[in-house]
Amino acid sequence: MADHGSLERLGLKPEDAERLLKEAREFKGESLWSDAWRRLRRNRVALWSMYFLVAFGLMSFFAPLLPMRNPAAQAPEIQFQSPTLNLGDSGYLQEYAADDKITSEEIVNAYWPEMNSLDVLFVKVRLAVFGSWQPGFWMGTDAMGRDVLSRIVWGSRTSIKVALIASLFSLLIGVVYGALSGLLGGWVDNLMMRIVDILYSIPFIFVVIFLITLIGDYKQALEEWGIDRMVVLYLVIGAVYWLTMARVVRGQVLALKHKEFVEAARVIGASTPRILFAHVVPNVLSIVIIYLTLTIPAVMLFEAFLSFLGLGVEAPEVSWGILAADGTAAINPLRLFWWLVVFPSLAMASTLLALNLLGDGLRDALDPKMRGKD
Amino acid sequence: MALLEVENLRVRFETHHGVVRAVDGVSFTLEEGQTLGLVGESGSGKSVTNMALLGLVPSPPGVVEADAIRFEGQDLTKLSEKQLRKIRGNRISMIFQDPMTSLNPLLTIERQMTEVLCLHKGLSRREAKQKAIEGLGDVGIPSPETRIDQYPHELSGGMRQRVMIAMGLLCAPKLLLADEPTTALDVTIQAQVLELMKDLQKRHGTAIILVTHDLGVVAGMSHKIHVMYAGRMVETSPTFELFQRPLHPYTKGLLGSIPTLHSTPGEDLESIPGAPPDLANLPKGCAFAPRCAWKKERCEQQAPDAERFHDPQSGAPRTSACFELNQLAGAREVQS
Amino acid sequence: MSQTAPSLSSRLRNLEQGPPLLEVRGLKKHFPVDQRILKAVDGVDFELRRGEALGLVGESGCGKSTAARTIVGLYKATEGSVRFDGTELTTLGRGAWRPMRRRIQMIFQDPYASLDPRQTVSSILEEPLKIHRIGRARDRKMRAMALLEAVGLNPRHIHRYPHEFSGGQRQRIGIARALALEPDLIVCDEPVSALDVSIQAQVLNLLAELQERFGLSYLFIAHDLAVVRHLCTRIAVMYLGRVVEIADRDDLFASPTHPYTKALLSAIPEPDPERERTRERIVLQGDVPSPLNPPSGCPFHPRCPKYAKSPDPRCTEVPPTLFEFPAGSRHEAACHLEGRS
Repeated sequence: MADHGSLERLGLKPEDAERLLKEAREFKGESLWSDAWRRLRRNRVALWSMYFLVAFGLMSFFAPLLPMRNPAAQAPEIQFQSPTLNLGDSGYLQEYAADDKITSEEIVNAYWPEMNSLDVLFVKVRLAVFGSWQPGFWMGTDAMGRDVLSRIVWGSRTSIKVALIASLFSLLIGVVYGALSGLLGGWVDNLMMRIVDILYSIPFIFVVIFLITLIGDYKQALEEWGIDRMVVLYLVIGAVYWLTMARVVRGQVLALKHKEFVEAARVIGASTPRILFAHVVPNVLSIVIIYLTLTIPAVMLFEAFLSFLGLGVEAPEVSWGILAADGTAAINPLRLFWWLVVFPSLAMASTLLALNLLGDGLRDALDPKMRGKD
Repeated sequence: MALLEVENLRVRFETHHGVVRAVDGVSFTLEEGQTLGLVGESGSGKSVTNMALLGLVPSPPGVVEADAIRFEGQDLTKLSEKQLRKIRGNRISMIFQDPMTSLNPLLTIERQMTEVLCLHKGLSRREAKQKAIEGLGDVGIPSPETRIDQYPHELSGGMRQRVMIAMGLLCAPKLLLADEPTTALDVTIQAQVLELMKDLQKRHGTAIILVTHDLGVVAGMSHKIHVMYAGRMVETSPTFELFQRPLHPYTKGLLGSIPTLHSTPGEDLESIPGAPPDLANLPKGCAFAPRCAWKKERCEQQAPDAERFHDPQSGAPRTSACFELNQLAGAREVQS
Repeated sequence: MSQTAPSLSSRLRNLEQGPPLLEVRGLKKHFPVDQRILKAVDGVDFELRRGEALGLVGESGCGKSTAARTIVGLYKATEGSVRFDGTELTTLGRGAWRPMRRRIQMIFQDPYASLDPRQTVSSILEEPLKIHRIGRARDRKMRAMALLEAVGLNPRHIHRYPHEFSGGQRQRIGIARALALEPDLIVCDEPVSALDVSIQAQVLNLLAELQERFGLSYLFIAHDLAVVRHLCTRIAVMYLGRVVEIADRDDLFASPTHPYTKALLSAIPEPDPERERTRERIVLQGDVPSPLNPPSGCPFHPRCPKYAKSPDPRCTEVPPTLFEFPAGSRHEAACHLEGRS
């Protein structure tokens, strides 16, 4: 039932309203999001960083699909080969490729047990497309004769996975905790923030070492619960990084809480959940996104650091931290195996740089003060 | 010779989204001991004009050009930064809208006040402190000997503005630039500060440029008024004549816009339609044309120059940048 | 301009009869600040009749905005009563407040902060309708357009965002939002003080027009007496959390009674050089005391010119209450020294 009475009280005839409604489509507004996106697109550096990260992400996700050497296959006779540019040879799962009857189990056995069924499918597609062709050692081999290039690509999967999951985990805790603290205010806010202060003062690296050692002792028992070292790693890193996120979000919520548009929402009768989800969260989101892009590289570095110390990812899994550890372990006074250090570092450095540049670009693009400018 | 002569002052800001002409060809003169009211809305260029006089426009992005800015016969545009510094705070000083942001919160009032004196007058710390205390007493601050050792946050808003004025007047400047000095204050405090400025002007013969959006404030304070719109001087006139016979459509509209204690309540205000233009994207002709009730075809093609004329009744010199000036003047006569 | 004359008399007619639409008695709002108590509003009384525009004037920190926010339920009153059309508002719970929201709305000061930057104009205007389950989606959209038209904006712009409008236009959107629920009373918290002079007049004209058209009542908060005089038929002057004088407009300006009102009136600079030159100005000494530590007795006595001339012990001991000047009139002031025997 249309309330035309009130329309006419406001001085608009229903038929005019229909016409105006059609005409209104011509005047699309530009939201802050599309405005920010337009400005981000004009920022070349940020844009190329984003392209680079997308390309890198796709490459690591589709790693089993790419024609690369087996990252796990050890061949002590070809250890420490320096990088050579040659066309490659055929050798990749050759014995299986020949008779076309490769089973998933055999593929998994040929790599490591962590491969999931999607990865196995990728390997099958790869075999169908590229056969057993594999490139030469374009980035050399390591102490066990493994191909550095494919180890960097496969290692990126672990690094990115840890970074993403741990960052999202920290985001989740941080946003919920910070928003609650800011919204509830009063003594609850006080208590919650003192807890954050206390957690801040704990030297987390010792906690991490303690926890990792602890699960080493109870490995069997924990694995029955589905908790392995990786899960602990996510939890531990997430637990370190949510603190700042919580503070950032709380500050934003506090500022928003006293904004007149939130008061206006209360005056028109909006409930607290409505205010939270319709007004507060969308306005905090841009800050959260900016902070997330700056958390991811920090988490990546932390993972690499833990793995370097032997506390993070464990062999046979490979991550950039492990590669860096392998590279430095191979350094000796007689010979410098530079490719073991340079290539993994390059991969990591370029990713971190791109993430930071993108974060900067996002900050500029989402800054309300820059709105409407280019 | 006038105390200050500004010829064709132009200030532009070169930003990413184009050149913003904040001040576009502004000229005026100010005699000793007089007060000039510089009136306009936000974005009219009134504050930038003031800052440009002292070389305080941030550069980049700001670019200041002028044919001449003569102060006591000396062209300020030809001076080095070092020479300018000798004049700033000494011969010309400035007070700002928000005393909280222009006073250093970490220093006592004494430190901030004596610094100027030691710098420009070469006084010793003790002499300077004595002088600062006198200055504070001059602006009506009770028990200045104790106040001088306090920090800005320990003073109220009105008190801080007085301290700013006392600082501005310490070196007995010839010219005081006051940028919305009372906008942040309540009316009863504003009345105190305005009275004080008038009194100080009488005693020291300081010339004042009073930048404000409040026509009520300039009506009681200034000898002549210059009205700015979108970076240009649209009308200049002695105060009395301006309020009697505004001869620019913008001034006319502005005067009609303000409810006063003597207008008929409830009657529609004579508002100006629309909003001030975007300075980066000014219309081709007269910047006020899109909002103007007197607009003719020509106004949209060409920007009018300021025309000099004599007030039809008092004969005082005035200017107005409007093609329809004669019609406006005629219409006024019919009305009155 | 020609229609304004009858509108004025019709408004005055409305004043004469009927119970008050809003009745505020002994309203107090105290905030705890570092173990001390900030008495932002400390005993406010007034009543507002249907169709009336009541101006609440005072300088910054006098508690006028806090009073407004307490009346619309944004703050919980410390003490006192607010009756709206017979309903006591200060004791209402959240749920019971909701239907009252349809009758009392608010317009805010800062047009840049009062609209959610991430919502389109249409969702801003439809939100109140949605919350109160009024109409279907399509009706709500049309209603939003009608509201835009009513406040003088292009109804075709409903899909735009607040940042695509100028300050004055945004204030119009805020007004449209307040109108959406067809309220009886709109509390206007300094609705023009953040706007440029030429835009202020547009918004004031609009508010006057809307009041006439929809029979609205306004509680109009402002620091500018000239603005209040223009729009309101009854005016209450606040000082340090209290109403010190309340009277019909013409009465207040013709014969201000409280020494503070007198000083306030004389302090307003007027855009008239002749008058500025000749008028007598009462310049008050000193600053407004802190509401954390208000003076005893009459809060105005430390600055009061009348008290300075003839000190009276009552001024420092007993807080004065509102009293009719002359008896039986609607002109009330709270002063020990003026007129009362």
